[in-house]
Amino acid sequence: MLRGIPAEYGDQATSSSSSLCRALRHSQKARNYCSQGHNNHRKTPKALMTGSLPGFIDVVRNLNSPELLEDNVITQAKAAGKRIIFYGDETWVKLFPKHFVEYDGTTSFFVSDYTEVDDNVTRHLDKVLKRGDWDMLILHYLGLDHIGHVSGPSSPLIGHKLREMDSILMKIHTSLLSEERETLVPNLLVLCGDHGMSETGGHGASSMEELNTALILISSAFERKPGDIRRPKHVQQTDLAATLAIGLGLPIPGNSVGSLLFPTVEGRPVREQLRFLHLNAVQLSKLLQENVPSYEKEPGFEQFKMSERLHGNWIRLYLEENNSEVLFNLGAKVRRQYLDALRTLSLSLSRQVAQYDIYSMLVGTVVVLEVLSLLLLSIPEALSNKAELEVPLWSPVFSLLFYLTLLVLSALHVIVCTSAESSCYFCGLSWLTAGGVMVLVSALLCAVVSALAKTFGDGKFLSKNPAHPKPRWSELDVLILLGTMGHVLSLGASSFIEEEHQTWYFLINTLCLALCHEIYRNCLLRDDSEPQQCPHVEEEFIRTAAALQDRSTGCDTLEPHGVSRSLTSLDTLRGYEKWMVLASPWVILTCCRLLRSLNQTGVQWAHRPDLGHWLTSSDHKAELSVLTALSLIVIFALVQRKCSLTSKVALALGLLGVYCYRAAIGNVLFPWQRDSKDISKGVIEARFVHVFVLGILFTGTKDLLKSQVIATDVTIKTVGLWEIYSGLVLLAALLFRPHNLPVLVFSLLIQTIMTKFIWKPLRHDAAEITIMHYWFGQAFFYFQGNSNNIATVDISAGFVGLDTYIEVPAVFLTAFATFAGPVLWASHLVSFLSSETSSGSALSHACFCYALICSFPVSAYIILVTSLRYHLFIWSVFSPKLLYEGMHILITAAICVFFTAMDQTNTKS
Amino acid sequence: MKDTDIKRLLYTHLLCIFSIILSICIPSFFLENFSILETHLTWLCICSVFVTAVNLVLYLIVKPNASSKRSSISYKVTRFLKCCIYFLMSCFFFHVIFVLYGAPLIELVLETFLFAVILSTFTTVPCLCLLGPNIKAWLRVFSRNGVTSIWENSLQITTISSFIGTWLGAFPIPLDWERPWQMAIERKKMCRSFCVPGMVLGTVTQ
Repeated sequence: MLRGIPAEYGDQATSSSSSLCRALRHSQKARNYCSQGHNNHRKTPKALMTGSLPGFIDVVRNLNSPELLEDNVITQAKAAGKRIIFYGDETWVKLFPKHFVEYDGTTSFFVSDYTEVDDNVTRHLDKVLKRGDWDMLILHYLGLDHIGHVSGPSSPLIGHKLREMDSILMKIHTSLLSEERETLVPNLLVLCGDHGMSETGGHGASSMEELNTALILISSAFERKPGDIRRPKHVQQTDLAATLAIGLGLPIPGNSVGSLLFPTVEGRPVREQLRFLHLNAVQLSKLLQENVPSYEKEPGFEQFKMSERLHGNWIRLYLEENNSEVLFNLGAKVRRQYLDALRTLSLSLSRQVAQYDIYSMLVGTVVVLEVLSLLLLSIPEALSNKAELEVPLWSPVFSLLFYLTLLVLSALHVIVCTSAESSCYFCGLSWLTAGGVMVLVSALLCAVVSALAKTFGDGKFLSKNPAHPKPRWSELDVLILLGTMGHVLSLGASSFIEEEHQTWYFLINTLCLALCHEIYRNCLLRDDSEPQQCPHVEEEFIRTAAALQDRSTGCDTLEPHGVSRSLTSLDTLRGYEKWMVLASPWVILTCCRLLRSLNQTGVQWAHRPDLGHWLTSSDHKAELSVLTALSLIVIFALVQRKCSLTSKVALALGLLGVYCYRAAIGNVLFPWQRDSKDISKGVIEARFVHVFVLGILFTGTKDLLKSQVIATDVTIKTVGLWEIYSGLVLLAALLFRPHNLPVLVFSLLIQTIMTKFIWKPLRHDAAEITIMHYWFGQAFFYFQGNSNNIATVDISAGFVGLDTYIEVPAVFLTAFATFAGPVLWASHLVSFLSSETSSGSALSHACFCYALICSFPVSAYIILVTSLRYHLFIWSVFSPKLLYEGMHILITAAICVFFTAMDQTNTKS
Repeated sequence: MKDTDIKRLLYTHLLCIFSIILSICIPSFFLENFSILETHLTWLCICSVFVTAVNLVLYLIVKPNASSKRSSISYKVTRFLKCCIYFLMSCFFFHVIFVLYGAPLIELVLETFLFAVILSTFTTVPCLCLLGPNIKAWLRVFSRNGVTSIWENSLQITTISSFIGTWLGAFPIPLDWERPWQMAIERKKMCRSFCVPGMVLGTVTQ
């Protein structure tokens, strides 16, 4: 198996790269196909060997490959006593433990290595081919895939690699031919890829380039008349399992939905052909019976019954040794019937996968919507000066409405679950869990109703009392509201989801321009209007003084006093600082533009050359090393300001360790070692950094606890929060790929600039600052090179500092590396708010806003996806986004818990 | 006074819209294979030239603020030169902003620049005509409650709606409709289509 082999392999008209394949195809011994796979991210050969379709959740399961228990060709072959030898990706060894009499697994996680992985396979080849004491030899070459990941499909390395593969194929083929001369049993050589390669060299999505891959079957048993040149046909990847099983004389794996590739058995006598087709059809119809309750009405099943009857007739004729022409015609007819039946059966089985569990989906949506409406209804309460968010969850439990809803819901549950035809996740839950969910649903409903009643009551009260002036919305608030709405609306279109990074870049650019407008208006107009507005100034001063007093007594109002509050603050800035304030939006905009060209992501423009690719190519290792070293130094310079001495030292050592780690795994060079080629996994270096990360986080937590117990000094808490933040920065520096370190640097830089020159002088309130943090966090998620496609998740981050796959740390590290942008911005938000604002309610405001602004798109998206579930791109575009959103909301929940904890300590102190 | 002002305002806006329409129709008589979608660059040039000319002529005739104290030739020349420099500066400024918004730096540089030019003809030229090269007056007009006359009000509305139109026009770019005109034309079309109702609205509301 050749990972990542493009479909054109084998009929590239241009060149030398696959001359043997072409030669073989013309020499009548090969069958050439273009097999179509299914959307699946990581590299399991599962679909190939079981013949079943990968469900979407397999993406998650793929990260860890446990033993494959499903019926598959390898297990069947083992049971039949075949001797199997395997060399290649160790995923196979994990999937099929104890199946191989001899194996040598290569780890596939060092993507930058594309020679070693293949040499590890090839070095056994000569020996094994000479021995001939095996029945099945599986070779899995990873090099091509790695080249694709590292330098893209148009890399010159690809030609070399294909030529190398060609020579290996030639070696195997000639050796098999010479063996056949002695044993007279035909061999089968299968060359296939498990996936293709996208324009960027990745895979995992559903573009034609990624799904289509070559499949070539070579055997001396195939016969073709000279001059009969066939074009490669499109077949499904799942067909291979059935074909291999029949070819080896094994039972077809039970869950296989593939049909036999008929041309492979064309050379056999008609009786055997029909027998093979019958076997395949019986297996498929059994699978249909298991999955479809009304299987008898399926057209495929009817066709199968019909062809079975005809087959019976044919056998009767055959046994009577009837006239050969009638027999032949009937045989051809039966064969055609069988092939039709197989095709229909296979099709209706593949369609079976797309069935939705509406009931469970509805329950989930209802819970989400209720929580969202509760959040929305409590906006005025939560953002008031008291900042109290009390969800009256206990009082509704004793109301009549609660019991009524509970009763109705349980009745519904019983009715739905007893009458459900297909399997339903929610019905499959235990009664206790389901009951808990129903209690939750009805309690939330009651809470929503009571909140609604309360709001209306208050509304009546407020309308009678016109003394309350409506707070005026500043341009920034309008922009924030419009931006959020626009983003939510854009989630309805698949292209907008694919290119979501564009939306975010656009929004933060606009945000910067709006901030720029605000700053300039405040700075320039004040100079202008001062002489004319002399009488107003005093009044203004009084007002702002009052506002300041308000703030110091702990009332942070939502109402933005845009002009008044900034007049005084900008007044205090003089000379250099003022210029910095004026320049800061432009600096931020330039940073964003640079970051944008670092990683091209999305779908449409992903193939464009970007700085990231330029840096990672092996010719520019020196530049990458310089850049990495520079970024690490800048990171240190930016983070160390507010740390205590011990964590400063720890941070410096940790960043040094990051460089050593990158040098050890061969991403960057030390200036003194020119050409050392010993690439290790860098476990020791990475663990060295992990120790420092844990140390810094520990000191931070200790400070926080101290501030809670002693409750004398606010600075201890600030330092503690900043230390936690710097620990997270260090971890991100370790996990980010070296060309992404500038993202981290710019994120720190923008945070510093915003803090110093924008948020402090302009005195935005907590809600605005929170939303700006959220927007920047989202934008940095995409600046890192992520997209709404599973293929861009950097799984190698989960193996930093680990020898083998250990589930919990690997999942944690991968999640952190992926969501580093949002997490870092959120933790900066906590430390900024607790250090800058003296008001107590700022943190709780921020927490509420953060929760609201994260949950709003998610709930809208859930409704959208539910209504668009028959959309053409539901599996390729919408569902990965749903996974991302789910993960994002989990992380948001963790952040909110952290917020609340900080808030608690705050109120206590 | 106010009624006549409103009437004149209406006429100027109608003439501006008419000039845009003319810039679509007239070149097709002189130039071969001219169409908005395919040779959009030429059209951009022609359109901006037309609109600038119409604006200049109109404001010279109507003279909404005929309060120039001095009218020596040298003063007028320096004023005119200043206006030209401001116009060029605004073009470059918009160009920089488009690049910051993600327009490619090297390829499509002509498209981006022409787009900057047309945006400045829709925004900067009327400002220059009406307010002259006086940054403080501009800032006054474009901040809250800074408007003093109908003319300034209409100026504020048209300019801001042009910006918003351009901003909204960037939204459809990620949609993969695979049209060649998406990059430049789409933005500009949206810009214009938001500009025009903005003008009318400005007129009507007075």
